[in-house]
Amino acid sequence: MTHLLRSQRLKLIGAGLIGLALVLFLVPGAGDISAGFLNGAFGGRNFFNLYATLGRYAILLGMALAVVISFRAGLLNIGGEGQLVLGGLVAALVGAYLPAPPFVVAVAALLAAMVVGAGWAALAGFLERGTGVPLLIGSLLLNYPASFVASYAVSHPFRDVASGATQTFRIMQEAGLPRFNGTILDYGVFLIGAAALAYIVLEDATVFGYRSRLRGYSAGFARASGFPIRRLYYRTLMLSGAAAGMTGFIAVFGSSQRYVDGMLTTPLYAWTGIAAVLLAAVRPRLVPVTAFFFAVLATGSIGMERTAGIPREFGQVIQALIVLTLAGFAGKLTAIAGGRR
Amino acid sequence: MFFDAALIDSVPRLVTPVLLAATGGALCERSGVFNISLEGMMLVGAFAAVAGTYYSGSPWGGLVVAMIAGAAFGLLFAFFSVWRNGDDIIVSIGVNILAVGLTALLLRSLFGVSGQFDDPGIFALPAINLGPVANVPLIGGLLSGQSVLVWLAVLLVFATHHFLHHHNFGLRLRAAGQNAEALRTVGLSPEWIKTGALIACGALCAVGGTQLSISNVTLFAEGMSAGRGWIALVIVMMCQGRLPWILLGALLFGFIDAVGVRLQGLDLPQQVTDALPYLLALLVLALSYRRRMGGAHAA
Repeated sequence: MTHLLRSQRLKLIGAGLIGLALVLFLVPGAGDISAGFLNGAFGGRNFFNLYATLGRYAILLGMALAVVISFRAGLLNIGGEGQLVLGGLVAALVGAYLPAPPFVVAVAALLAAMVVGAGWAALAGFLERGTGVPLLIGSLLLNYPASFVASYAVSHPFRDVASGATQTFRIMQEAGLPRFNGTILDYGVFLIGAAALAYIVLEDATVFGYRSRLRGYSAGFARASGFPIRRLYYRTLMLSGAAAGMTGFIAVFGSSQRYVDGMLTTPLYAWTGIAAVLLAAVRPRLVPVTAFFFAVLATGSIGMERTAGIPREFGQVIQALIVLTLAGFAGKLTAIAGGRR
Repeated sequence: MFFDAALIDSVPRLVTPVLLAATGGALCERSGVFNISLEGMMLVGAFAAVAGTYYSGSPWGGLVVAMIAGAAFGLLFAFFSVWRNGDDIIVSIGVNILAVGLTALLLRSLFGVSGQFDDPGIFALPAINLGPVANVPLIGGLLSGQSVLVWLAVLLVFATHHFLHHHNFGLRLRAAGQNAEALRTVGLSPEWIKTGALIACGALCAVGGTQLSISNVTLFAEGMSAGRGWIALVIVMMCQGRLPWILLGALLFGFIDAVGVRLQGLDLPQQVTDALPYLLALLVLALSYRRRMGGAHAA
């Protein structure tokens, strides 16, 4: 099964590349399109677009991390969006209102965002364990109240009315994530990269990681082995929510410096994170690669729009087709949760 | 007055989209497909209805185009989930992303706008006036002046119920959900039956979307299904695909929706009232699952 999955995956990728090459060769104007795509993802003046790709990569990797943490343990937390939004909102509020030295503000905002993300995930967990509402549905439905809370907060009590847009006040400027010299790219990508690395080590080399992974292979076996199932469940879920919250912090303290209504939901970050994890077949080590692929797809599509007039939503369509095609290859989710090495 | 006739009159148009999607969802549920892409299918229907009306010049054309588009999405779902044996949840996620991406893409490439499209060339489906009934107190406005889709929805729910319980194909559809192997042993293909259920589901969701885009308003806005597909899914799960209960559930949510709209009139922020159906959905789910711990889809 595992071998089958892998070899078919390779065939799929091979077929995709050949198909792409054919299209580029045969379709007139395809040269423009591909040049626009590459420029959009990697080029621009002073590599401006490459930095945009990396900035998006930080957010997508964070969301993919949140997904892989939970999927690997067999927990279908697809409420990353709500956890992300609340994390971002809380980070923005701490950043704008906490009267403290910049470093303290940044750390407090990060912690607050992670706590809120973890809490929102734990709420979905409580719904499943306490009342039996499947995590899949509970976590998903909680996305909406989270978005509405955030939307309300930025359009009424915490709105920067003078700015005209529905957004919070700017965070304390010195507390924002530092940027690479002369670029728009902030250090958030490092922060998320470190978190991803930490998780890979955690799941590979610690008791918690082993147990969590085993739970993904077989929840029944984990229970029969006498693992502290309840604690494992909540810890994994809260870790996943904290990753999403952290991503919200990075989005706010990085490029935007405030929470703008819809900034974390409109680009479908959370869903793209799921797509990245599925493309990686729930293997943590591959997730950084597949998340990068989707970041390139998104910014490349924006470049394509500029040069060839193809709407950027084309990237989302491609992404959806990838997910659908993968579904045909990957088999049942319950079977691939836990992932294979 | 808070509970007045206007509040009651607004319930049917709010119920209809959710009811249609939930009816489609029930077909999937009963045939053993866990379809959580009702939301995407509704969005596609809403867009196709507007596009179809714009190009054909008639809202009926829009309705037909919407049903074809929805059916096509159902077929797409079936191809990947039933025939390629993909996971229903992954396929649903793909279909939902595709719906968001494709509607936004077509909105820009066909009409050159993003966000929202309205045009004087888009007409609403007619409302049905019942003449003297309109003057009956209390129920006059409830029955008369509703969009033709409201009545179509009611008709479809009863037809689907009849089909499921008093028709050979309905029996086979339920068998596909309960014991696909048994169906195979009598020489029938559960795959084709599930495919049929998914196509019908897509079309039903799309009609629900039509109610959103060319009934009370005549426009398409990105993301205009606004989570109603998820509410419909909750109703399906709560009622385990039993249509009489689904009708009741949809009425409940439609009523809450109507109350929410009314509360906005009382200066309550829109975001608060928008959250009402979701909180209610969670509450109802929690209560119903508490009753039967370890329900059908315990993941």
